[in-house]
Amino acid sequence: MSAPLAREEVVRVARLARLKLSDAELERFAGQLGDVLGYVQILGEIDTTDVEPMAHAVERTNVFRSDAVQPSLGREQALANAPKSDGRCFLVPPILDAG
Amino acid sequence: MNSPTLIVGLEVHVQLLTESKLFCGCANRFNPDEPNTQTCPVCLGLPGSLPVMNERAFRLALKTGLALNCDISPFTKWDRKQYYYPDLPKGYQISQYDLPFSHDGWLEIDGDGDDGGRRRIGIIRAHLEEDAGKNLHDESGRGGDSRVDLNRAGTPLLEIVSQPDIRSPQEAKRYLEDLKLLLTYLGVSDCNMQEGSLRCDANVNLHVTTDDGKVAATPIVEVKNLNSFRGVEQAVEHEARRQLDEFHRTGRKLGDPGVEKETRGWNADRGVTFAQRGKEEASDYRYFPDPDLAPVTVDEELLETIQDELPEFPAERRARFGTAWGLSNYDAAVIVDQGAVFADYFERVAKTCGDGKQAANWVTQDVLRELNERQLGIADFPIAADLLGRLLAKVVAGELTVKSGREVFAELLARTDRGEDIGGGDIDAIVAEKGLAVVADTGALEVVVERVIANNPNAAEAFRGGKPQAIGKLIGEVMREVKGADAKVVRQMIVERLSR
Repeated sequence: MSAPLAREEVVRVARLARLKLSDAELERFAGQLGDVLGYVQILGEIDTTDVEPMAHAVERTNVFRSDAVQPSLGREQALANAPKSDGRCFLVPPILDAG
Repeated sequence: MNSPTLIVGLEVHVQLLTESKLFCGCANRFNPDEPNTQTCPVCLGLPGSLPVMNERAFRLALKTGLALNCDISPFTKWDRKQYYYPDLPKGYQISQYDLPFSHDGWLEIDGDGDDGGRRRIGIIRAHLEEDAGKNLHDESGRGGDSRVDLNRAGTPLLEIVSQPDIRSPQEAKRYLEDLKLLLTYLGVSDCNMQEGSLRCDANVNLHVTTDDGKVAATPIVEVKNLNSFRGVEQAVEHEARRQLDEFHRTGRKLGDPGVEKETRGWNADRGVTFAQRGKEEASDYRYFPDPDLAPVTVDEELLETIQDELPEFPAERRARFGTAWGLSNYDAAVIVDQGAVFADYFERVAKTCGDGKQAANWVTQDVLRELNERQLGIADFPIAADLLGRLLAKVVAGELTVKSGREVFAELLARTDRGEDIGGGDIDAIVAEKGLAVVADTGALEVVVERVIANNPNAAEAFRGGKPQAIGKLIGEVMREVKGADAKVVRQMIVERLSR
């Protein structure tokens, strides 16, 4: 069992992920996230003094495709999963922008 | 109090001219009339889809980095920048964080003075990322839903960040103009500001020397979404005034407790910047390397290949037009600033007629005027460079006067307007039909001069009696009869005849 994550940290992460959590959930996730972090902390025991940081888990580089146009989805298909659409665009609750 | 120093850095976003998007095969085309017709599982961010880097987009990016005198990183990678916004379907933007493909370059622009002094504006970095889609807000004021078009989502975007080296609103405008010109010469972007291919944000603040001799910096403001050159100039100018005024009223400085970077919008109609709603908290993008994209390494060989593809840059071209064709700085700039295709056109005309100055006069006056009137680009101009060059060769050789040359030019255009094909033969035909060939045969001219003087005794008398302007009528009559006559020669002949 690792130390739970501070409650305000969980609140912050939840807000960044646009999740609304109840008090009970905050409590529960603080513990679970603390466990996850504690588990990953085990890696900290390894001596990495002379090891270059990795940018990627796979050692392949330069994977390209040629600049060729492929067929796109039809609009109907593109909008098929949208909770709300007007048949042309995705519809979302009004975005408030000053100006 | 000394006048404050203006400190400006520009962030420019430019869309790259590829056929397809950055990570998928959807068309990279401005198409607001048919929203959501250029999407696929990759750019919609559907589960299980995987991005693959567009090779051409990366090469265009490298080309730009080299042209901006940047160091190119031998190893570069892409990161996820995470934030929630309806135009960003994946919930993150694939961008570059700590290992951009290029950094530490510069762009040279004209200084504010008239002394021809140049200013070097540093480039912090240029990186390659994907564009977001477009949100269309309900403007009825009734708070209707916002609409989202994802045609643009995933198109290749270059972000070019300058050092805060810019010191005046005019310099900000020139930097953006020169950057745009360079990018169009490189052919990496069409830089169409109306369509949003080139967008600009400005970071602005002031260094104010206070009465006690200390220098205070005003809080930094980022003015977003400047979509015209004039807009950049005016927004920076307005922001400088506003910040100085605010500093005098509040004394708030950069680094004071609670002072954060502020984001403001630009209202072009009212000419003012306005505060945008503050974010709930400082942005936390939680960048991390994108596990779906392999990093890219760049070796010397690739760099040399790209280097060889670089065209002559606008600044070099202006200088060369001065030395090679004897153009003034002004003429060279007018031609080069019209774009590479126009400058190519000029150069071909100059080569064909052999006289740079003559070619410059025609191209910057007659051709530009017609292009403006016809709302055409030079690529669609009906008189080819070779043809104009052949016409001007006759002017240069003294076979046609400039005035007659203009008549031929107008007639050539008239013929294309009627849908006729035109070629070199048309020049000779028009010259013959209109009798425009310069009459070098003074014998023939003398006959006409004699006749005109005889027919206009009053004008001749007036000239002899000390009214030199009376000669105009006589010259005009002769020119009407012999179209190809050189007005200077005619004048001289009349003067000689009347002073006999």
